[in-house]
Amino acid sequence: MIRDYSTGGRIARFAGLGLCLLITIFPLYWILVTSFKEPGTIFAYPLKYWPSDWSLANYQGLFEQSNFAVFLGNSLLVSFVAAAFATVISLLAAYVLARFEFVSKGAVMGAFLVTQMIPGFIALGSLYILMTKLYLVDNRWGLILVYVAVSIPLCTVMLRGFFENVPASLEEAAMVDGCSRLSALFRVLVPVMTPGIAASFIFNFVNCWNELFLSVTLMNSDSNKTVPAALNGFISSYNIDWGSMSAAAVLSIVPTMVLFAFASRYIVEGLTAGAVKE
Amino acid sequence: MALTDTERRGTGLAPVPRRPVTRRRQFTGRTALTLFLFMVPAIAFVGMFTYYPLANGISMAFRNYNLNDLSDTSWVGLKNFSTLLHDEMFRGTVKNSVIWVAGSLIPQFLIGFTMALWLRRKFRFRGTYQALVFFPWAVSGFLIGILFRWMFNGEFGVVNDLLMKTHLISTPVPWLADAKYAMFAVIIANVWYGVTFFAIMILAALQSVPEELYEASAIDGAGKVRTLFSITIPAIRTTLALTVLLRVIWIFNSPELIFGMTGGGPANETHIVTSYMIQVTQEGDYGRASAMGVMVVFVLMLFAVFYLLSIRPRKAMR
Repeated sequence: MIRDYSTGGRIARFAGLGLCLLITIFPLYWILVTSFKEPGTIFAYPLKYWPSDWSLANYQGLFEQSNFAVFLGNSLLVSFVAAAFATVISLLAAYVLARFEFVSKGAVMGAFLVTQMIPGFIALGSLYILMTKLYLVDNRWGLILVYVAVSIPLCTVMLRGFFENVPASLEEAAMVDGCSRLSALFRVLVPVMTPGIAASFIFNFVNCWNELFLSVTLMNSDSNKTVPAALNGFISSYNIDWGSMSAAAVLSIVPTMVLFAFASRYIVEGLTAGAVKE
Repeated sequence: MALTDTERRGTGLAPVPRRPVTRRRQFTGRTALTLFLFMVPAIAFVGMFTYYPLANGISMAFRNYNLNDLSDTSWVGLKNFSTLLHDEMFRGTVKNSVIWVAGSLIPQFLIGFTMALWLRRKFRFRGTYQALVFFPWAVSGFLIGILFRWMFNGEFGVVNDLLMKTHLISTPVPWLADAKYAMFAVIIANVWYGVTFFAIMILAALQSVPEELYEASAIDGAGKVRTLFSITIPAIRTTLALTVLLRVIWIFNSPELIFGMTGGGPANETHIVTSYMIQVTQEGDYGRASAMGVMVVFVLMLFAVFYLLSIRPRKAMR
């Protein structure tokens, strides 16, 4: 064990950790509380740290004044489908990269890792032109294709890390028993790796759910917008309606936080295992 | 790997084998074809929607490519670059980028490191604690920007309220409306957002330092500060260096928070190179935006090379 702290040192340490926790949680608490205040109370002085008049007026206003239900639906569809496709495609690639040696393996891994270093939006303009040529601008399936491509590199690296924790003898035994490689992968390896695969899926989902610039660039009609793009629209309007805005922010944060809470441990594990390997 | 092992140590699960169980073997015919087919979708997607537009984007940097006037998309050599270098606004964003990166990185590093040291010893609810402070990670930079835009609001912002209640200021500060304070406010938000990443990465590294080193240093009578500088920091130097490198690139390339919080204002005082680049893209001048992107990549690559070279000799010395 590391040397013992003195009682004073220990108190200081826990006070420090407590302060960090408080500072971390406070902005999230504040937006949550704001979203449940009566529109009048939001701009009342002195500020209320614990509202006496909990109300759903902001949420009601949000859905009545904007297409927020549509935006939520678009975000759900796009993120879910893109995350699912990206996870399956990455799973196949990660399997090969984890289990086999071949000539261009280093080049493929390098090409995937480089995408994480360069700002993706260098390609924003030419991506827009490409999508125009494919007739996929302002099309949810077009955005899904782009999100799949954006999610694949990191997801592959993560899944590769998880594969390396599973002995190869497992699927080899299945193949000796007559499974094809594909069915060995899905019947034997996938069940063993479920937590890692779920974490990768959630990671992809959260990233797609949060993505702003591609969505703003590729989607322009109100019926196709995702939540971040819609929030960006709220900001651009001259006066921000902070009641609706905080309700919208809460609605877009809560789902990702819940998912993340379940998977964060595996996500960290996958990222550190995949990326910080010698 | 470090985190995996130590986490498992706590739970009593078997440790993960150090060597990955990869079989280096030959494969032929059918197997080779199957494996090739497994790789094709991933490579096709990344090639088509990342590398192809990227290559095209780089070529635009050397062309006259404006979406508002596509009648002449000829090659213009370095014209886009020289336009930028003479652009007052661009030069301002370069300066802002440096302040933004350094101002965010240093506090993130120091606070993250301190948190990691505090979290090193096991205590009850440590897992829960880590999960809670990990929350900001699930939220996009853009939404963090919106959150802090509300908190730093000059009239109804909670930051002013708290500062006035504690008598640190006597009148409300127009944080985001005044160029003097805006960059400071944006950096505070970014520090808040990024501290956890440092804490987690450094904690993972700390947990891989062998306990014997600490025992030996305790026997030799080294104090806390001495142990930190003679044992802890040298032992995790590589992780620290890489984390800092990745963070510099990441902070530089992440204008989402700025977009949500100030949109680059007031008077472009919080515009960094990448947020300006997106604005120019949205205005349709792809040539100029791409030139900025090429410069960003070039400078970051140079930085990475020099940085890696500068940390290498020391590593060899120990």
